[in-house]
Amino acid sequence: MADKIRVATTSLAGCFGCHMSLLDIDERMLQLVDLVEFDRSPITDIEHCTNCDIGLIEGGVCNSENVHVLREFRKNCKILVAVGACAINGGLPAIRNYMALEDCLKEAYIDGIGIENAQIPSDPELPLLLDQVHPIHEVVKVDYFLPGCPPSADVFWTFFTDLLEGRQPKLPYELVHYD
Amino acid sequence: MYEHLETAEQTENLKRVVVDPVSRVEGHGKVTLLLDDDNRVKQARLHIVEFRGFEKFIQGRPYWELPVMVQRLCGICPVSHHLAAAKAIDQLVGIDPENLPPAADKLRRLLHFGQVLQSHALHFFHLSSPDLLFGFDSDIAKRNIVAVLAEYPEIGLQGVKLRKYGQEVIRMVSGKRIHGSGAIAGGMNKALTKQERDYLLTDVEQIIEWAQGSVTLVKKVHRSNLPYYDEFATIRSNYMGLTKPNGALELYHGGLRAKNEQGETIFDHVDYCQYNQHIHEEVKSWTYMKFPYLTALGKEQGWYRVGPLARVNNCDFIDTPLAEAERLEFKQHGGEAMVHSTLAFHWARLIEALHCAESIKTLLNDADILSSDLCHQGEKRYEGIGVIEAPRGTLFHHYQVDDNDIVTKANLIVSTTSNNTGMNESVRQVAAEYLSGQTLTEPLLNNLEVAIRAYDPCLSCATHAVGKMPLQLELVDAQGQLLDRLVKHSDGELEQGL
Ligand code: SF4
Repeated sequence: MADKIRVATTSLAGCFGCHMSLLDIDERMLQLVDLVEFDRSPITDIEHCTNCDIGLIEGGVCNSENVHVLREFRKNCKILVAVGACAINGGLPAIRNYMALEDCLKEAYIDGIGIENAQIPSDPELPLLLDQVHPIHEVVKVDYFLPGCPPSADVFWTFFTDLLEGRQPKLPYELVHYD
Repeated sequence: MYEHLETAEQTENLKRVVVDPVSRVEGHGKVTLLLDDDNRVKQARLHIVEFRGFEKFIQGRPYWELPVMVQRLCGICPVSHHLAAAKAIDQLVGIDPENLPPAADKLRRLLHFGQVLQSHALHFFHLSSPDLLFGFDSDIAKRNIVAVLAEYPEIGLQGVKLRKYGQEVIRMVSGKRIHGSGAIAGGMNKALTKQERDYLLTDVEQIIEWAQGSVTLVKKVHRSNLPYYDEFATIRSNYMGLTKPNGALELYHGGLRAKNEQGETIFDHVDYCQYNQHIHEEVKSWTYMKFPYLTALGKEQGWYRVGPLARVNNCDFIDTPLAEAERLEFKQHGGEAMVHSTLAFHWARLIEALHCAESIKTLLNDADILSSDLCHQGEKRYEGIGVIEAPRGTLFHHYQVDDNDIVTKANLIVSTTSNNTGMNESVRQVAAEYLSGQTLTEPLLNNLEVAIRAYDPCLSCATHAVGKMPLQLELVDAQGQLLDRLVKHSDGELEQGL
């Protein structure tokens, strides 16, 4: 099956809802695994590859670790796809951009209700937080954007089948809308 | 217990081994181990390395946005966050649970049973069944749902369809499978139509049968791997969760009950609005995840576990017959008041999935479910606390608002946080019992992953990606010199050496 497309997926600062929506293709998963080979993905690690045709990224970039993973994906994927509101524009987590990071940390670890041993976690094992949550296109070049929070299962389905059949992926209007 | 491994007495001259990423709990987590010259484990920690700051950034928003916003905490159990927030904002409009219209209460329960069913099915079939069916040390190429679908097509497809059914229940009630919007302050925003009800009724018998089959499967797996399954990553702990006033298993609304490792009651029927008298959270410098504990027992002794194992252990009975029969068998297997086996989380989880399927049927056949009396309001209050049993355990949402209905304070204790000490203890147990004194091997990695995964940690899907992600272990001496390196690629291929 030479023409299977090889797909990797990951979640940065996302909620995993986009991945869940991909699983919402339900029984079509049986067809999908005929069309697609998953590399790094929560669904399967059936095939070893470092070079992928498509990388799907869910979630924005909020710490140094995210930057690292995103660059790695860009390097290894021919086509990089920003999936969902968080990857496209930071999504809900980017609301924290309107506040000082310090205040967010204080709220959670110092001023919270019922906190003992109040302190801001600071271990060298913890990656550096960025002061802003960034959409992924601010860090790497992105080829496609699948909008929605999350994009529906049909969006994923249309996107994959278009690509596989050699068409430029095109999402009909009904599939591209928010709530 | 293994708490002595949390912090090594002397860190000088210890070798540091990192498993990174172990998992994505709020993004990413990792395990670090410190070993002495004979590879004896001196310290083992599960670090949660991501921070998103929800508690702060939802401040300044009007409270009615909360049920929609907070479900973006998690795409796997969005409904649980949605409903916990809704229960909290009910109080802001002066509605206590008993004043909610019966139809709204039942629709929310239906929604939540759909949520727990789909989440439990997802965790078992899509994420854990490969380990359980093929073995922890089987070929990694096989450890995924695709291989399950290939080798056990019937089981795999039933799993996919069980999850699908839960998602469809959610869609019928809330409009969308993920991040729908059903609950509002004081009730629900949409009635269930007869057509939607009938659509869900069509498959419900089949779903119950498959759910029952899944319990049979997990029992068989557990029993055919004794005593390993009873002992692996097993720790004796306190347990906490909601129960109904009559002591029955409860997932949506009840009083808090905690029992100790012997099954003795620590507290019972506690009003969850008093939660902050009973639970405090300790912060530690090395992880973004806090460590909740029962104040009655203090920081050292008061840690507890939540989730399916805690709930099935804690309740006196389950009020649906098939799940109750399974509970009795489960308790009998444990042989003592409480079942402490960490891998028994899977077993308990599927008993709950069966309970959800049975309960969905009962609710669909309840005349109230089609009622359009959906929303009540009372007198404004300034504080609201909502608690629910999310798939992974007790979930607390606590909000305060000002005169303009703007959120001024928020406190969230998410389920996985309550299992923080439990997960760390299980990791330390595995490190001490299976790793200490050994050289680095791939099964070692798997054991750590399997232990964490049993808890089904949530938020950004948590450890669900464990085993599918490349892992790297580095052996570094105290001077930071790299001594050895083991890389597990995403296909499971291992690469050792520098
Ligand atoms: S876009 Fe929505 S569903 Fe996707 S990760 Fe972000 S919050 Fe979750």
